Amino acid sequence: MIAKNSGEEIFRTKINPITEGRAMRIGLITASLAYMLLFLVLPVVTVFVEALGKGVGTYFEAIKDPAALSAIKLTLLTAAIAVPLNMIFGVAASWAIAKFDFRGKSVLITLIDLPFSVSPVISGLIYVLLFGAQGFFGSWLAEHDVQIVFAVPGIVLATIFVTFPFVARELIPLMQEQGTEEEEAARSLGAGGWQTFWRVTLPNIRWGLLYGVLLCNARAMGEFGAVSVVSGKIRGLTNTMPLHVEILYNEYNIVAAFAVASLLAFLALVTLVAKGLLEWAYGHELGGSRT
Amino acid sequence: MVIEVRNVTKKFDTFTALRGLNLQVQPGELVALLGPSGSGKTTLLRVIAGLEFANEGQVLFDGKDAGSRHVGERRVGFVFQHYALFRHMTVFENVAFGLRVVPRQRRMSDSDIKKRVLSLLSLVQLDRLSDRYPTQLSGGQRQRVALARALAIEPLVLLLDEPFGALDAKVRKELRRWLRRLHDDMGLTSIFVTHDQEEALELADRVVVMNQGAIEQVGTPEEVYDTPATPFVYEFLGNVNRVPCRINNGKVSLWGIDVAAETHDGTPIPEGDTAGFAYVRPHDIELTPVGQGEPAVVRHVAAAGPTARIEVSVQGVVPLIEAQLSRKRYLELGLKVGQQVGIAARAARVFPASASPSPMAGSVSG
Amino acid sequence: MAVVVSSPATTRGTWMTHTVLPGFGLTMGFTLVYLSLIVLLPLAALVIRASGLGWDQFVEVVTAPRALAAYRLSFGAAFIAASVNIVFGVLVAWVLVRYRFPFKRLVDGLVDLPFALPTAVAGIALATLFSKNGWIGRLVEPLGFKVAFTPFGVVIALVFIGLPFVVRTVQPVLQDLDKEVEEAAASLGADRFQTFRHIILPSILPAAVTGFALAFARAIGEYGSVIFIAGNLPMKSEIVPLLIIIKLEQFDYRGAAAIGAAMLAASFVLLLVINLLQRWSRRRMGGA
Repeated sequence: MIAKNSGEEIFRTKINPITEGRAMRIGLITASLAYMLLFLVLPVVTVFVEALGKGVGTYFEAIKDPAALSAIKLTLLTAAIAVPLNMIFGVAASWAIAKFDFRGKSVLITLIDLPFSVSPVISGLIYVLLFGAQGFFGSWLAEHDVQIVFAVPGIVLATIFVTFPFVARELIPLMQEQGTEEEEAARSLGAGGWQTFWRVTLPNIRWGLLYGVLLCNARAMGEFGAVSVVSGKIRGLTNTMPLHVEILYNEYNIVAAFAVASLLAFLALVTLVAKGLLEWAYGHELGGSRT
Repeated sequence: MVIEVRNVTKKFDTFTALRGLNLQVQPGELVALLGPSGSGKTTLLRVIAGLEFANEGQVLFDGKDAGSRHVGERRVGFVFQHYALFRHMTVFENVAFGLRVVPRQRRMSDSDIKKRVLSLLSLVQLDRLSDRYPTQLSGGQRQRVALARALAIEPLVLLLDEPFGALDAKVRKELRRWLRRLHDDMGLTSIFVTHDQEEALELADRVVVMNQGAIEQVGTPEEVYDTPATPFVYEFLGNVNRVPCRINNGKVSLWGIDVAAETHDGTPIPEGDTAGFAYVRPHDIELTPVGQGEPAVVRHVAAAGPTARIEVSVQGVVPLIEAQLSRKRYLELGLKVGQQVGIAARAARVFPASASPSPMAGSVSG
Repeated sequence: MAVVVSSPATTRGTWMTHTVLPGFGLTMGFTLVYLSLIVLLPLAALVIRASGLGWDQFVEVVTAPRALAAYRLSFGAAFIAASVNIVFGVLVAWVLVRYRFPFKRLVDGLVDLPFALPTAVAGIALATLFSKNGWIGRLVEPLGFKVAFTPFGVVIALVFIGLPFVVRTVQPVLQDLDKEVEEAAASLGADRFQTFRHIILPSILPAAVTGFALAFARAIGEYGSVIFIAGNLPMKSEIVPLLIIIKLEQFDYRGAAAIGAAMLAASFVLLLVINLLQRWSRRRMGGA
């Protein structure tokens, strides 16, 4: 806005016709920073303040608790299975989608994105309906003494479902942008299929792949809703870190809950920093408009 | 309206775009700002419009300092290089925009706005396309919408940034003549930016030749073409041969004529022997049968069209010299590559080497 | 160069063109099998289980008063939260694109926090923050503003998880906005507010509405960040995902499946709306 009555010539001659006055700018910046402070910064700060509220000793005690340690172990195990599987899927799907032309491509992309539009609770529910005691395969599984729901396999399956699209949706636009010329050149120079992939395609998509894996891992370790449905929440057995946080919190063991939560919050912050660094350093090598 | 630019300097972070410029534009004039890219011509236009502000100096409209006036208060019609049409508005709404944003108490009635817009659209011959969106128009049509939109606010001065830059050659020529007529009919004061010398020479009343943030010369098209003030203007406007030579006590003898060396800024020519450059237009060169004039050898002939362009090498001169002959004279001489001829100059101008710009890529060029 | 066989009817059939690149069969086969096993088959199980109820019973379950109250809360709170986010999302995107200020990159990166922070962690943090003794609860509760354990708490949690959507959809559009268009508006006499209202807003509106729809779609299914701060009282502060879990815990698989199927249908409708919005957005930006 222009200060129409301002007598200060110098102030007015400095203004750019397509920006706002200084006061307006500062006001807008302040308003948006206040909004972000309230909804983003304060919650994260709360996590660490509550976790360390009773001192460092209590904090580490809470983390060293056997139930907490087994939750950490299960979370790592789950991610260690879900992330590589979705990574392989992501690379395979984007290869098929980006390097070849076929009918129904957009339908396929929509289907791959589907888990993003499904509520986490429903993501867990569908596996209970398949493998639970009353589920489609429930009686067969019981006969053969295989337990999926309320056990580790269910947790892994639900995690795979909610993190299903992460790698693929990073790689598809990236590989579509890159086209097929380089691979065709490699083929014309005599490279075999695997050689072409390892030596030409993979180096071109490595940062996008890492970016997708990063986000996939963050979600895999932090997933709560879906896992909560399929887990029996058996302490020490089928508890992941987020579930353990819930149990501790509901037992009014606030410090311990926040201590475990602080590990997850730390993971989130590390993920954000790594993601920011990737965008900063290799923005042009990531898919879409991630700069 | 008289526009006066006084000592204007404009700096961007590390780059000085305008260096103490002075310029006066008279009412009714059509002035071209001509120069290579980076010469500051667009910056000058934007400073006049109020889209940029000078670090030093003033812009005066009819003698009054416009520096404190916001672009929206200056009543300048600005036509952007890429038109900057509002793409979510129809042609009609684009042209009406400037009339609709006027404060309520001064705003025209809707029916008056409609009348004005329709008359402007018929002026630019787009009345039948008023419901179209900009993306549905050709380049030339968009250009005319941009012009009608700028004219809607009844500007005191019309500023056009590379108005024909994005158009193809044929449309460009048509629009050029049409703009000249429009300018005359409406009695506008207009300034346009171009890097195309042909456009500037054909269209403008006066041409302002700019280079590196400074004005090299201001004059009518004939003046800047026939008597360039500086070596830069020589090289930028039209074809010219740039011949290295020695200046002896302020004089040069070149191909049969004696030329006095000059400097555009009045600095004295050094006494004695110094290096210089002679500038000779191709049409000021005469080729003669061998034996007369300075000896030369024909190296290249391009004889299609009404004039023939002959390139010859002259002993002791590094670049090939271009001569322009009438077709008749060319046939008389029966010129062929490798043939020995004589060369003579009808006119030339000489500047000391210290005043000459470094040779531009292809100094003999369109 | 692609070796395009002259006839489209190659050995692979008419649905794809032949190229020299290998691995289509392998990767496509794996993609389809994996997709079917992990996503399509389980989702089909939900639909089949829900349809096992029969239409009348299905309608009865999904329109039970407790379910209706849960929809009202989930959709209502999601709508309010997305509305808050469309306003502040445009503001944050504007500030990040247009202005320079210290630590801007950091602030920009922080926008994605709700994507990265596990929802349970966000949930307990927000519940603590807005509880009677929390930093914010302490300030607002004396003013008669009870946030934690009320429907208002649900809105707060949904604002948090929806925050990045509008910012991230509007940001690139603002970035690509032609500076000259705004200068043109200014030269025609428009003030900054008029330029924003008539020139900038119409350009970013499709993106902002897309962001709104994405935030809304995410919010109606959200569970982790909400349950800690919501009171979870039936008919009052119970969201739909929680109702599904309660039905499961009561071994009412069919009821859970029915409400789940209803929510899934709502998600698909939203997905369709979002796709249409993105097409509108691209048309508005790309022209033609």
